This record gives sequence, C-alpha cells and structure tokens, in this order.
Amino acid sequence: MTAPALSRTTRRLVLGLIALLAGLALGALSSPRALAVEAPDKQIERVSAEVLARIKADPEIRSGNLDRVSQFVDEMIMPVVDFERMTALSVGRGWREATPEQRQQLVEQFRTLLLRTYSGALSEVRDQSIRMKPMRADPADKDVIVRSEVIGHGTEPIQLDYRMRLTGDTWKIYDINVLGVWLVETYRNQFAPIVSQGGIPGLIESLRERNSRGGTEPPPAKG
Amino acid sequence: MRGALLAPVLAAAIGLGGCASSQGPGATVDPLEPMNRAIFAFNDTLDKYALEPAATAYRDYVPETFRFIAGNMFENLRDVWTSVNNLLQGKPGQAASDFGRVVVNTTFGFLGMGDVASELGFPKHREDFGQTLGVWGVPTGPYLVLPFFGPSNFRDGPALVVDAYADPIAPLIDDVPVRNTVYGIRVLDDRARLLGASGVMDDIALDRYLFMRDGYLQRRRSLVYDGDPPPLDDDYDDSWLDEE
Repeated sequence: MTAPALSRTTRRLVLGLIALLAGLALGALSSPRALAVEAPDKQIERVSAEVLARIKADPEIRSGNLDRVSQFVDEMIMPVVDFERMTALSVGRGWREATPEQRQQLVEQFRTLLLRTYSGALSEVRDQSIRMKPMRADPADKDVIVRSEVIGHGTEPIQLDYRMRLTGDTWKIYDINVLGVWLVETYRNQFAPIVSQGGIPGLIESLRERNSRGGTEPPPAKG
Repeated sequence: MRGALLAPVLAAAIGLGGCASSQGPGATVDPLEPMNRAIFAFNDTLDKYALEPAATAYRDYVPETFRFIAGNMFENLRDVWTSVNNLLQGKPGQAASDFGRVVVNTTFGFLGMGDVASELGFPKHREDFGQTLGVWGVPTGPYLVLPFFGPSNFRDGPALVVDAYADPIAPLIDDVPVRNTVYGIRVLDDRARLLGASGVMDDIALDRYLFMRDGYLQRRRSLVYDGDPPPLDDDYDDSWLDEE
C-alpha cells in the first residue's frame, strides 16, 4: 500500500535528481555562454584566473615542457582565441592570396613560433594575479579592447590588454598587448619584408626554418 | 640649436642610407636604418661579450639580499624623478603618489632598502623626461639607436641628458670611485632584470633589429599616454580581412 506510493515518490525524486544532474552537467558543459553571451572582460577575468591556477599547479608547464605547454594551450587558451584571424592580420594583405593549404601551414607555423617563444616565460609565473581595468565599450560593440594588468609580489604591474571580437556567441581574442606592444603589429612588421621578397611560400619557409632551430635554446650566434 | 647640432649627423646618415633599400614602414619611422643597424650590431656585441655575462654573474654570485636592497634603493631614487616628471606632465595626483612612495620607502623602508610603498598599494610608475616631452607634444622624430644606450629617437635621446642631470646619485655621493661603483652596480642590476626577457628576444624574432625597433616605438608611445594611446591613422586597418 505505502510501498508503491513510496516508490513513486522515490522514483519521482530520483528522476528529479537525474534531471537536475543532467541540467547541471549540461549547464557546466556549455556554461556560461549558453545562457547569455559572457561579457568580454568577465571572460578574460575568468580565463586568466583559470590559466594562472593551472600554471601554478603544474611544474611541468612552468619548466617549459613543450608537449605539456602545447596541450595546455590547446585546452585552455585556443578555445578563446581566434587564431586564424590573429595569423591573417600578422601576415597582412598577402593572406588574401594564400591558398587554404598555405593558410593552414601559416597558422600551424605561427602557433609553433609563439609557443616556443613564450613557453620560457611560463617559468616566471609565481604569485601573480590579474587585475581588471575599467573597460570603455558600448554594449553594441563587436570589437573591443579589454584591459588588465598582472600584479606580482615586489614587481611593477605589467600591462596586458586584449583585442576581442564577437564571433557567433563567443568573444574571441585576436591580439594581445604586453607593456604597450601589440603582438600582431609587431609580427606584421617582421613578416612584411619577408612576404614582399619571397611571397607567402617564402614566409612559410622562414617560419619553418625558424621553428626547426633547436628547442627554446638561444639560436647559434650569427656568423 | 639642437637642429644645428644634429644636422651633420642627419646628413651623414642620409648619405649612408641613400643606396640602401628603404621600403615599407621603416622608410618613414627609420630613415637612418643603415646607421642604426650598425650601432645596433655594435651594442649587441658589447652586450653579448661584456654586459650580459657580467649581469649573469651578478645574478648568480651576488647574494639575493644584496641585490634586493640595491635594486630597491635605485628604484627609490628613480621615483623622485618620476614624481617630478608627473608634475611636469600635469598629473599632480600621480606626482603626489610617487612622492609618497619616496617618503614612505625612505623612512619605513629604511632609506629605500625595502619597497614598503608597493605593499601599501602605491603602485610604481616610470616617467622620464622623454615621456614628458611627448606629453608636451614634442614629436619623436626618426628612430635612433644610441651607442651603449640602445633604442631611442630624436626626442628621447636628447632627453636622456636631462635625465642624467636629474640623477640624484651624483649629488648624493661625492667620492668619485664610490659613485662610479654605484653606477656600475646599477647597470648590472638593470641588465640582470632583463636576463629572462633577452632570452625570449633571441627566440622570438626573425629580425631582432626590427623587433627591437617596433617594440621600442610602440612601448614609448604607450608610455606617453600611460598605457592607453589613441589609435593612429593607419592603425589596424583590418577591414580587408572581412571583405573576403
């Protein structure tokens, strides 16, 4: 008599719980963007904290282990970066003439170049935290600059800004500014003379050659 | 006056540059590129064989406590000039904050040996006379690599002379050998802080000269506007990417 009632209640409870869990899981998987577009500065704040925590927790990453850093970058950083746009803007107008295959190669080589260059800097991560600076942007803007700084113990704050663009329902980073220097502009100026001399194939070749030089060791002295 | 002094240098440099390829953005910001590249190579060699090894030895063999105290004392003295420049730039709030840093660090920080002010939430700024000239609207002029001092331009280079006059170490220390030793330690201290960064530099760049130049010019412009420069006319015309 009470058994079926109880079981019905239990069943309802269990079903409810499952639904709740499923909801939570779904929410966790797609959160928080599924509900509403996460504001660009909120996203930077959240991702920065996650990234810093991850680097602090993983000595392999701090020691610059390239495989580990690569995996970490793919998991945590690439999802919030429009890396193709970053590459295209760094390559400059020559990008338009590049075939899809060449673009693929440029993206790949540029990623390797940045990875090698900056993986060494991860060893500097200790007690730093991120402080967000006020953002001046219209809510309707689809292209914004998010400003922050890295605060460390006993060091000056390091300016760290991001250019972000709304793609679909996600804000994605496509340029970074460290201490007043924009990454895309700097690389575009590096790439320009190479592209004007050897075209896109020349640029791919130089990047490949640069990347094949050993590890994060300083390159051999120019002779 | 300054123009008259620089004219022969300019003429010589243009003569040198006449035959070199000058295309792209370099032609406008860096008409002296051939001369600059030569000085850059000289500085690079000097750094590689003298300064960097010395700074590495300083970092590796001098006790951390000494380096910590020395570094803080140098920075404390620099804050004095930063404060003055903030005043000259019409930023009394920042000038007061930086002057407060000096007062706090000189007293509670025991003559600047500790950076108590940062702990108390007075952030450190860096201002020099070149930035002040920039705030006053003086254009940078062409890019210029100075022997020993490195990347500069026709505004910031001469401004270094004013910075040097304002350096409080000379009036504070009368004894010449002691003073020169202090100068030497300061150079090592400054260079040692950049050891990590210069490692990155070696790796990063396809053309280190261009990398240094663009980095320097962007950084100085950013500093003049305290990290928030207005866009340039030719800045980021990336519309071509979206026209595809």
